[in-house]
Amino acid sequence: MADTPNTVSLTIDGHEVTVPKGTTLLEAAKTIGEDVPHYCYHPGLSAPAMCRLCLVEVEGAPKPMPSCVTTAADGQVVHTQSDLALSRRRGVLEFYLVNHPLDCPICDQSGECKLQDYVHQEGRDHGRSREPKRVFGRDDFGGDVLFYGDRCVMCTRCVRFMTEMEQDSRLTVVERGNRSVIDTFFEEGLEGTNWSGNIVDICPVGALVSKDFLHKARAWDLEHTPSICPSCSQGCNISLHTRDNLVQRLKPRENMEVNGWWMCDHGRANYEWMNHGQRLEAPLVRTEDAVRAMGWKEAVGALLDRAETTSGSVKAVVSPFASNEDLAAVRSLVDALGGGSMVYRMARADAEVPMDGFPILARRRDLAPNGRGAEIMGASRVGDDDGVGGLDDVAGHDGVVIVLGDPLVDQDASFGQSASLFAYLGMHGSPATGAADFSLPITNFAEQEGTFTNHEGRVQRFWPGLRGPGAAQPAWFVLGAFQAARSGDPAPRSAADAFAALAASEPALAGMTYDDLGARGAVLNETVSVPGG
Amino acid sequence: MAYPYVSDREVRVLSKNFGDPSARRLDTYVERGGYSALKKAFELGPDGVVDVVKASGLRGRGGAGFPTGVKWSFMPKDSNKPHYLLCNADESEPGTFKDRELIRWDPHQLIEGVLIGAYAIRAEHAYIYCRGEFFETTQVLARALEEAYEKGYVGKDIQGSGVDIDITVHLGAGAYICGEETGLMNSLEGQRGQPRIKPPFPAAVGAFGMPSTINNVETLAAIPHIVAHGGEWYRQWGTEKSPGTKLFCVSGHVNKPGNYELPLGFPLMDLIEDVCGGMRDGKALKAVIPGGSSVPILNAAECAACSLDYEGVVEAGSMLGCASVIVMDENTDIVKQVRRMVQFYAHESCGQCTPCREGTAWMTKILQRIEDGRGTEDDLQTLLDMGVQMTGTTICVLSDSAAAPVESSILKFKDEYLALIRRGERVGAA
Ligand code: SF4
Ligand code: SF4
Repeated sequence: MADTPNTVSLTIDGHEVTVPKGTTLLEAAKTIGEDVPHYCYHPGLSAPAMCRLCLVEVEGAPKPMPSCVTTAADGQVVHTQSDLALSRRRGVLEFYLVNHPLDCPICDQSGECKLQDYVHQEGRDHGRSREPKRVFGRDDFGGDVLFYGDRCVMCTRCVRFMTEMEQDSRLTVVERGNRSVIDTFFEEGLEGTNWSGNIVDICPVGALVSKDFLHKARAWDLEHTPSICPSCSQGCNISLHTRDNLVQRLKPRENMEVNGWWMCDHGRANYEWMNHGQRLEAPLVRTEDAVRAMGWKEAVGALLDRAETTSGSVKAVVSPFASNEDLAAVRSLVDALGGGSMVYRMARADAEVPMDGFPILARRRDLAPNGRGAEIMGASRVGDDDGVGGLDDVAGHDGVVIVLGDPLVDQDASFGQSASLFAYLGMHGSPATGAADFSLPITNFAEQEGTFTNHEGRVQRFWPGLRGPGAAQPAWFVLGAFQAARSGDPAPRSAADAFAALAASEPALAGMTYDDLGARGAVLNETVSVPGG
Repeated sequence: MAYPYVSDREVRVLSKNFGDPSARRLDTYVERGGYSALKKAFELGPDGVVDVVKASGLRGRGGAGFPTGVKWSFMPKDSNKPHYLLCNADESEPGTFKDRELIRWDPHQLIEGVLIGAYAIRAEHAYIYCRGEFFETTQVLARALEEAYEKGYVGKDIQGSGVDIDITVHLGAGAYICGEETGLMNSLEGQRGQPRIKPPFPAAVGAFGMPSTINNVETLAAIPHIVAHGGEWYRQWGTEKSPGTKLFCVSGHVNKPGNYELPLGFPLMDLIEDVCGGMRDGKALKAVIPGGSSVPILNAAECAACSLDYEGVVEAGSMLGCASVIVMDENTDIVKQVRRMVQFYAHESCGQCTPCREGTAWMTKILQRIEDGRGTEDDLQTLLDMGVQMTGTTICVLSDSAAAPVESSILKFKDEYLALIRRGERVGAA
């Protein structure tokens, strides 16, 4: 890269590096794959340069420099691995261990702890401290946060997060010197905050842990699957952390255009439903005399037979928790059966919950991930802000009724009884699904691949972190097989095929490819407004 | 006058009113020529004042010894932001007690110096930040300030000159680290008293985010004399590189401890033997800490050749710091002294920087263990290694200051450490 007035060129560990003006040495070193150890620095927060762990050697400087606040300059020669740099960092690491309890065997952070990592990476083999350790003990900070004072490395990330990001200063450092300890101001601590779960993520050690996750799993036993938070229309990028085919916790995944490094406490806590035990596990088909469990082939065959003979317009109820591919599959089913209406219901909160320090991020009013996707597929919102009601004309409809994903909890057993064909594709049954001619088990978003479209029209992918129960399949797969059998065209074999078909038929998604979306997503071609959103 | 002790070898410029309570009154101060330098400063103009101070060679009396006139000239000349002058009266370096005396005997001398300093750096507001424990001192200062306001020496249109300068006296809450200039700024702003990373430097971004200069009490107290008499006049005392007079705070095992104003370059042994009346009880000298607790210790041999100016003390192996001379006789337990000092730093560390927060406390524990006879020779190497790791690795120099006496005492008084360690070994073996 040629030098321009907006870049500087320097040498880091023998490599020529050109970076934008104002880049810190720590960030510049990342461009050659060197991650200089650090605690207090977090790219989303101010840099107090106090942990002193990121010291590097800069030729000509009188002292080792903190790379987190030293800006790159033309011609600078920087050594992150020189004897001086390594020895000063080794010194800092030894200081951390003077009072650290080394209780890794019972610490939730173990395995993803920056103190473990750095000490193994560049610390001394043996500590030299023989002195009794300082003891702070444990404190309940309120919310989901538990504080183990003895493990704290005093980086103040938690304090700065609350002050700079949530902008509700609930934490502070009390006392000074090595009596310094993080504390809350009043009895309520973090109670009533909306984003404080993030301090557990950014705490580099096990000083702040989640009460919900406490002693639930070891970090190294967890699988991480990139996903999208389903709890509102913001579409925060997250990871599903799973073990034994259960979601154990949700963690935010960096995406600067959506959620930065953060997610809200509501979304973080709302995952137990993904582990729901009472699931439809096999296709249930109503025959002359009984409801019978069948294999997919038989069930799709039966549905084909019924579709030949049914009459009347189609009314479909879809869920804003369904993927774009699933919604598109229902859309084309409705069209194939002669056309009709498509509605969805969605809970809506009274107000947004913004994160003041990262203005593009808020918990949105729409409490589902894909209301926008449903609108694009032509569904309109019905019902009230609790996500119930609005189905009177569907409940007694005498044509075809198709329900995707909405468990109809507010409806009674008369729902769909007059329908000429009632097909329910869902995760679990309810009294209102009792009249269904077909109850087809489908997977939830955590069990399948697909895309959601967030409030601003960003289409984002998610991946399966769980195995679906029994014979459950993604709706696009089931309906795709049905359509293929009717038309003779090939069925989509993957979510990518389903997405490609959608992109080809839906102008708002034209030109998007599944691969291009990658893990970051892309914004729709045209803006589609969600009424009342 | 017999302010606790005086010596005929003193040159009492700043301290001439020590022991004389009448000088606290504004009319006495004016009668003796006070506030005439302020008038002269207004005639010279801000840049003229800076030039005079530069010519005098006055160096900051807070410890670092940076030339005051040069420091003032770092202030931006054409910014439209407010400027602030901060007077550092948070005197808390162990062994130091000169600023307290300057304020309580001669508050108007300081007020006049603050006014001239503020004028020179184009500040319309100056803050005098007093150490939290200085209740009486601050009362004296506040009373004098009130009088100066009443008589039109401070505030709007000072003495009809058209110059506006306000002064606020601020009492700290009692933390050593608030004497560090950026820690003081944080504290003044109501933040946690902890030093800031530099850059940015105070002349660019200081108190309340505005260009600021911070000067020690003694520095500012010298200003009226320099402005009144000129730079050359001030250079009649001291050395070429360390001109002028300086207050020496002598404590420890001498017959007459106290504040003495002497020309810089004064021989250390003359200070002890002559000015301070010699060692107490005729004991032999063991060691001197010449500049307050944060500078290296000198042993008796090093003291012999030490002259008390910025360069002379460095040559002897230490630093002049704020010229707080702590004298220790042959019976002094060096390990205990060092432990006590490091314990002070551990208590006062603001706790931001890991090497300082953990290092000072760890050092204290090791030194205490050695003192208790449970040390090992390996501990000495650990202490020396820690000294290296704590020097030049932190935001401010408190960490370096804690390490300095440990390192220098191990190098110069290793026998005392070993004696404690070996006694411990014998006890353990018995
Ligand atoms: S609790 Fe964690 S995030 Fe907060 S200061 Fe301690 S180590 Fe840092
Ligand atoms: S060196 Fe010590 S006192 Fe100075 S800023 Fe760091 S922790 Fe605070």
